[in-house]
Amino acid sequence: MVRAFDEVIEMNKEKDVQVISQQQAKSVFETTRLNLWYGETHALKDIHLTISENEVTAIIGPSGCGKSTYLKTLNRMVELVPSVRTSGEIKYRDENILSKHYQVEHLRTKVGMVFQKPNPFPKSIYDNIAYGPRIHGIRNKKILDQIVEKSLRDAAIWDEVKDRLHENAYGLSGGQQQRICIARCLAIEPDVILMDEPTSALDPISTLKVEELIQQLKANYSIVIVTHNMQQAARISDKTAFFLNGEVVEFDVTNKIFTNPHDKRTEDYVSGRFG
Amino acid sequence: MREKYEQQLQDVQQRLIQLCELSIHAFDKSLGLLQSQDISKAWIIIEQDRFINRLEQQIQDDVQMIMTKQQPVATDLRRLLVIIRAASEMERIGDYAVSIAKETIRIGENQIVYDLQQLMVMRTLAVDMLQKMLQAFSEENLIEAKEIATLDDEIDQLYGDVLSGFEQERTWHEMHAAQLQSLSFICKYVERAADHATNLAEALFYLVQGKRYDFD
Repeated sequence: MVRAFDEVIEMNKEKDVQVISQQQAKSVFETTRLNLWYGETHALKDIHLTISENEVTAIIGPSGCGKSTYLKTLNRMVELVPSVRTSGEIKYRDENILSKHYQVEHLRTKVGMVFQKPNPFPKSIYDNIAYGPRIHGIRNKKILDQIVEKSLRDAAIWDEVKDRLHENAYGLSGGQQQRICIARCLAIEPDVILMDEPTSALDPISTLKVEELIQQLKANYSIVIVTHNMQQAARISDKTAFFLNGEVVEFDVTNKIFTNPHDKRTEDYVSGRFG
Repeated sequence: MREKYEQQLQDVQQRLIQLCELSIHAFDKSLGLLQSQDISKAWIIIEQDRFINRLEQQIQDDVQMIMTKQQPVATDLRRLLVIIRAASEMERIGDYAVSIAKETIRIGENQIVYDLQQLMVMRTLAVDMLQKMLQAFSEENLIEAKEIATLDDEIDQLYGDVLSGFEQERTWHEMHAAQLQSLSFICKYVERAADHATNLAEALFYLVQGKRYDFD
């Protein structure tokens, strides 16, 4: 009896160590004093946020709070809007991606993105996945085959499509198309995956499949996900940032945000009292 | 926003308060009936415990329904967890009332030879503690709750005194060993009831602050 008790104590110690090592996870993105304007509109205000390696970071907040803007800043897609200005810095692996000298092409190969609506190319499933690697110069059929299979397996869709790789991806269901898009993103072996409401256009079963996939992917990738679905953030993320009016109101481990948040505004938002 | 949800939370909390009031009333009354040795009314206490039990089940069902439909988080979620816990704590007070009533029936109409005065002091203190705690709980008054929880030490002290009082009287009443046993049990129930009041204070702190405290 006494021994069993000691074993339990020992097991809990191990868990504590795991928790501590999680807390000390290496950072992928370090955002410091980031401000962003769309013309006159101040869309992001003095953002400080750290995205850690091999973790899922969820960004929540009401519409127009700046969460998608922040996500698009991480791969500099936000620059496609002509009137955008930024200040502050975002360090990706210790290099400031907002610096004029930073190669945006390099960033895009390291930081993949999955969008709200599945957007496969009007090509075969195979060509969708092989598209990125081909652009990067891979022509060897055998290597491409391997990349396609591995990416589809990692995106948990191989078994569903392995016999129809040369059919058009448009023939797949929404949930399958979204996993094809995730596979396409994995094919270039990124470091970080950004997801902008990746399940909002999917049915509940497909949603759960994508959520499970995200859980598996974090072993090899760092993931940032913007979601309107609070339960989803609670289920799949390690840390959660709550954005409001362009500011980060609270950023903490997800368990804390959903059980005992520090800020009253976070509490009101997660318990559905506004937004 | 979420008016129906707010209403559901209020309703279940109201039902909890009702359960607390019923339990405390039954508990207090059972000790009064011991003093007056009213056997027929003691049976009613036993009979009426099913209302308290049913109320607890209803609270559990309500909480389950709210959790399923409203998916509460943060304070709302803690509130529901605390309501379930408090309902179970207070249902136990009803059970003690039943146990006290059973002991009263066991003693029957034989005259109680032991001095009940100190036990009745314990009763007054415990009931007072439970009532005040219920008040603090409904008002979410942490300062009050913490203060009331300290009364438990006084009751523990009294519990020891009552038992040693009985022990001293024991030699004079050798013929009444069964009565001593019943009264000792009752004494224990009163002491335990006060512990549940302390647990309620801990539950209230968890509800308001999300932190766990031990007031024992």
